[in-house]
Amino acid sequence: MATLQVELVAVERKIWSGEATMVIARTTEGELGVLPGHAPLLGELAGGGVVTIRTESGDDVVVAAHGGFLSVTESGVSILAETAEIAGEIDVERAREALRRAEGNGDDPEALEAARRAQSRLRAAGESA
Amino acid sequence: MAASLRALRRRIRSTQSTKKIFSAQELIAGARIVRAQARVEASKPYAREITRVLSALASSASLDHPLLTERQNPQRAAVLVITSDRGFAGSYNVNVLRRTEELLSLLRKEGKEPVLYVVGRKGETYYSFRDREMAETFTGFSEQPGYEDAQKVGSSLIDVFTAGEDDEDGGAGADGIFGVDELHIVYTEFRSLLSQVPVAKRMAPLEVEEVEEFDYEREDRERGAAGDSGVPTSYEFEPSAEGLLDALLPKYVTTRIYAAMLEAAASESASRRRAMKSASDNAEELAKNLSRQANQARQAEITQEISEIVGGSDALVSAGSGD
Repeated sequence: MATLQVELVAVERKIWSGEATMVIARTTEGELGVLPGHAPLLGELAGGGVVTIRTESGDDVVVAAHGGFLSVTESGVSILAETAEIAGEIDVERAREALRRAEGNGDDPEALEAARRAQSRLRAAGESA
Repeated sequence: MAASLRALRRRIRSTQSTKKIFSAQELIAGARIVRAQARVEASKPYAREITRVLSALASSASLDHPLLTERQNPQRAAVLVITSDRGFAGSYNVNVLRRTEELLSLLRKEGKEPVLYVVGRKGETYYSFRDREMAETFTGFSEQPGYEDAQKVGSSLIDVFTAGEDDEDGGAGADGIFGVDELHIVYTEFRSLLSQVPVAKRMAPLEVEEVEEFDYEREDRERGAAGDSGVPTSYEFEPSAEGLLDALLPKYVTTRIYAAMLEAAASESASRRRAMKSASDNAEELAKNLSRQANQARQAEITQEISEIVGGSDALVSAGSGD
């Protein structure tokens, strides 16, 4: 079966890389699924988004990726994120706390950014946000 | 004689205790280099990917983004200097600041007025002592810079650069802010543990810089499936190519700043370790010399005491026999 070579890198480290059968992400234009053989594409990930990578064994790797890009080439998919966390590593309580704090700060652009980051982490962890 | 012996012993003690401080600093700096190098390595995949994406974009989009176009009549240039927060690092800061002075005089010769942005307390002190104006300073993270720090620096530089787009001759343009037309960065490149070189680079208007060109191409070949390498890929864009460029370029600049900060942090630790190594070697040498002198003084004192006693008893004996 054809697979995709996926690289997920955050600014400070490489988060995940390996073979996958499908990548699901949301760009600023809308939800997007990438299967092997997808046309080359460059997209900007929507703020507060979640990226799902379906591995060969059928497991899903769910990642909270904030502020990044998706690049699809013939050879694979690379996801660049400013901050990214794998669902299993997310501290739900802390994300909730961050969201509450950010929402308390009103319309300040930095607070909005923080709120989106927290939302994406909660969504990736499977919580409602 | 007894007084000088005491003074020598006091100096030995103080030399030994400063030596302890130096060697502790040396060990700390040594541990930090390893960590800083690991962080430089960890940040490379992102830098490589963003460069790849940007060059793909550059080959497909019309490049008239303000961050890429050379301005007609550049008047002011921002210079970002990366120094350390703490001293004890040998010639590290001196070298960066000297390189900066060279760049500043070059810019002035070209008729551009330099505007200083300084990272690190040492640089801040250097310029404020000389009453030189600084547009902004950032301190408190020179040894362990995070991406947020780079973002803070990057966003204020990009803001001032964007504001410079509509400047008129010798004054602020329509937006009322006197911006800059070029961005430069001066930092210390980490070549190896023994060699760190201060370098000055232009960040904007920018040329997309290939990160480790060789690796990049090899990886392309490895990844390229069934002979599709060499053919330029035509991409679909979401949103438009221009929209992507707008979002990507500031991030690219920030990534460059972040990489520079990480290299500077590694260089800082390396020069600190070297400086502390020679300082503790010197202290050891000094303590050795001092204890030789102290031993000599002690022996001289004993010899003198003995000769005094012998002389005294001789005098007593001769006085007794004279009776």
